[in-house]
Amino acid sequence: MATAVVDEADKRQSPLSDAVVVRFAGDSGDGMQLTGGQFTLSSALAGNDFATFPDFPAEIRAPQGTLFGVSAFQINFGSSAIDTAGDAPDVLVAMNPAALKTNVPSLKQGGLIIADEGEFNDRNLAKAKYDANPLDDGSLAKWQLLKLNISQLTMDAVKPFGLGNKEALRCKNMWTLGLALWMFDRDRAPLVDWLNAKFAKAPDLAAANIAALNAGHAYGETAELAGPLQQHHVDPAPVAPGLYRTLTGAEGIALGLVAGAQLAKLPMFFGGYPITPASAILHHLSRLKEYDVTTFQAEDEIAAICSAIGASYAGSLGVTSSSGPGIALKGEAMGLAIMTELPLVIVNSQRGGPSTGLPTKTEQSDLYQAVYGRNGDAPMPVIAARSPGDAFECAVEAVRIAVQYMTPVMLLTDGYIANAAEPWAVPDLTTYEAFPVEFLTEVPEGGFKPYGRDEKLKRPWVKPGTPGLLHRIGGIEKEIDTGHINYEASNHQAMTDIRKAKIDGIAVPDQVVELGAEGGKLAVVGWGSTFGPIHQAVRRKRAEGLDVSHVHIRHIWPLPANLGALLKSYDKVIVPEMNTGQLKTVLRDQYLVDAQPVNKVSGQPFTIAEIEAAIEEALK
Amino acid sequence: MNEMTTIARTTTLKDWETDQEVRWCPGCGDYAILKAVQRTMPEIGTTPENTVFISGIGCSSRFPYYMETYGFHTIHGRAPAFATGLKLANPNLDVWIVTGDGDGLSIGGNHTMHLIRRNLDCQIMLFNNEIYGLTKGQYSPTSRVGTTSPSTPYGSVDRPAQPAAFALGAGSRFVARGFDVSKKLPEVLKAAHAHKGAAFIEIFQNCIVYNKDVFEDFAAPKGAEDRQLWLENGEPMLYAKGTKGIALDAEALHLKTVDVVDGDWQSAGVIVHDVTNRSVAHMLVEMRFGEFPMALGVLYDDPRPTFEADVWRQNAAAAEGKTADLQSLLKKGQTWTVTEGGPDL
Repeated sequence: MATAVVDEADKRQSPLSDAVVVRFAGDSGDGMQLTGGQFTLSSALAGNDFATFPDFPAEIRAPQGTLFGVSAFQINFGSSAIDTAGDAPDVLVAMNPAALKTNVPSLKQGGLIIADEGEFNDRNLAKAKYDANPLDDGSLAKWQLLKLNISQLTMDAVKPFGLGNKEALRCKNMWTLGLALWMFDRDRAPLVDWLNAKFAKAPDLAAANIAALNAGHAYGETAELAGPLQQHHVDPAPVAPGLYRTLTGAEGIALGLVAGAQLAKLPMFFGGYPITPASAILHHLSRLKEYDVTTFQAEDEIAAICSAIGASYAGSLGVTSSSGPGIALKGEAMGLAIMTELPLVIVNSQRGGPSTGLPTKTEQSDLYQAVYGRNGDAPMPVIAARSPGDAFECAVEAVRIAVQYMTPVMLLTDGYIANAAEPWAVPDLTTYEAFPVEFLTEVPEGGFKPYGRDEKLKRPWVKPGTPGLLHRIGGIEKEIDTGHINYEASNHQAMTDIRKAKIDGIAVPDQVVELGAEGGKLAVVGWGSTFGPIHQAVRRKRAEGLDVSHVHIRHIWPLPANLGALLKSYDKVIVPEMNTGQLKTVLRDQYLVDAQPVNKVSGQPFTIAEIEAAIEEALK
Repeated sequence: MNEMTTIARTTTLKDWETDQEVRWCPGCGDYAILKAVQRTMPEIGTTPENTVFISGIGCSSRFPYYMETYGFHTIHGRAPAFATGLKLANPNLDVWIVTGDGDGLSIGGNHTMHLIRRNLDCQIMLFNNEIYGLTKGQYSPTSRVGTTSPSTPYGSVDRPAQPAAFALGAGSRFVARGFDVSKKLPEVLKAAHAHKGAAFIEIFQNCIVYNKDVFEDFAAPKGAEDRQLWLENGEPMLYAKGTKGIALDAEALHLKTVDVVDGDWQSAGVIVHDVTNRSVAHMLVEMRFGEFPMALGVLYDDPRPTFEADVWRQNAAAAEGKTADLQSLLKKGQTWTVTEGGPDL
């Protein structure tokens, strides 16, 4: 516990409410992602609900002090349910002029800037294209400004450990974290443990970092409380009892895929190729060998998916993962998986496009690609995750559909979900229904038909190595039942119809209304990572008495059977998307509803305010 | 070659033939290769159900449909990638890749290179006919300079790839050559199968429609002895009925042809073929036909640990002593428990 005394009256008078948004911004080399990650953990341990948004440059080591080299981490934490990383920060920690310049415009009016004035020298000001020092020229007047020479304070704190200048300054982020921990009345002990573990082989560095952390904390306690720096306690959020951990989307997908493979009783084969922001899934899975997971870093995106299909052919659960540009390369192989009717899960961690686009920024612009993006009539199920925790559930669902229908399935997530963390109630795996795969091992009654079908229109899965069931598959059109090459017109028509009917017939749960009622004036229909801002905006508008509901679609293809009727039960439908209106088009096409687009394609998630404004506009 | 898990049983050529109508052009060299493979299979002690033929796209890639085994006709150039996933998932399968000069060296050159580099245990049969047959006769990456074709009406200007040299350059531990109608082709295939690791076989194949008799210079039966050097491990590199041989020009560091008088190849300096000699292998794959005879048979054979075996070994080592308890994995890291009264830290 902090020793600083803040009485109850002070807490109430504090400008900060029960939900606080803090953004740490600094140079790429300042360790802001690490600082944010550790602050997140401390929020979790304090029992707050939270959501985070890491925002970092595509360059690995951008030149120091530049505007494009700024790396930021935003966290929204609070004592009630948190759905988004927050619109405008209440507190901005700016480690240099560039970080201030790029981040201060989004700071809430009256919000607090904590700036490391030690970095506001002529050189850095010039790099950030400031003509005058903003800390001195009054240009920040609409915010509260706290200038601290964090660089110097850190140097002083770590002096006893004899580090070089450069190494000493690398402890700045821990000093800053110490101050933030004090501000929000957090326990330092878990951080001290973490630093000791992290620098187990370099006790001096551990001690220096801990000293910096303690110094930042002590600064808050002892430096003056009259100014803008005040301690603020955020009570734990009332969440359902249970065991919690923090989870990123990439972790959610990796763990969900492993769970899915276990429920299907299959070994998993993961073929991947490095690409931002999807690589983290490959990294997670490559450490899980004991779960019967084989990971293969292929020579390219095409080999990654082809190897996964080869493994599925052998009787494993084939999985591949990428982001938009890589998914484009995999298109032809997806068609082959559709033609040969082999199970496969394709994860697309969407990023800004087209082409290389914005690798580290988030977007939802691959929906057309997922649903339509292959040559020929090539139907494929598509599922979209709304959050890191939901990514776990969606991965299990993707595996289930893939093996129960012998089809490739695309699982959509995005850069925001992949990197963001949220508290996750650890699920009890015994509550998941297993769906063990049964391979065909003997000639069935009536003879073996490689393209014969069950009631779901699924063809049998035969592992090479099985005596008596030898057959050949490939990308040329298949004859009904036998699977032999067949170019006949009537056969192609029939097979095209069968492939479509199989996917159309996939059992998808009915669409539920997340918030609000079935029917009414307005439905806000979303998919994927826009869940948070839509949910909060609808909640707020409903609290104001507006007739608005939130519908969030997980099964993009095939769509839930009741969705058309549900959409038609509202007077108006708006579809906020981080693209130019892709789900909107699908909904119009499928149901002839007048779905209206609300679009944002800036590489940044929607703010709650933007969705609120769209709701107000629609209900005018 | 693969570790047999099923009990080998005796098969005949008929056991390896499918009921599918073969759809290559009459007279195509592919027929002869198909027969050679079907003739070879009963002799190598594997079973049809344990065998998988994987192909890409092109005339050669129709091959799996005609083999009574498991088969996968995949997409253009990517057969090596499918084979890699298949073999990693089930190392017990006997995997054969069928590809061509366009499929394996043009659109799929990248995958061919990496499969060889990784040393996946499989046989790669690259049917080289120096032309795109299925798309009606465009020049290919192995076509000779000046090849006229629908896409190169004034003759091709780019220099051809050399498949065997490419394979060796990619790190291949087994490189062999044969041609479609050669009676020795089954022996080459058997040697490839006996090699544990990626075995690369360039098979010259006559496309009678678009590139007829392009290999006739050395493949024609008449005068074959003078134009073909069939390599045998441990035997001197002799041809022309023993009257000529291959020797090393030690000063210039390249191979040369020498005359052998009265069978005294030793004094002529003829090299004894050692299939494990990588330096000589590099010279053999670069030997230009015309100046030299065409080097055929097993040019190089020196096994190394295979990719799938190393992957399985590493997986097993990484998993050793760990229990696959997913529920506890989900709980890994820093967790906290929320009770009715709030968080319990």
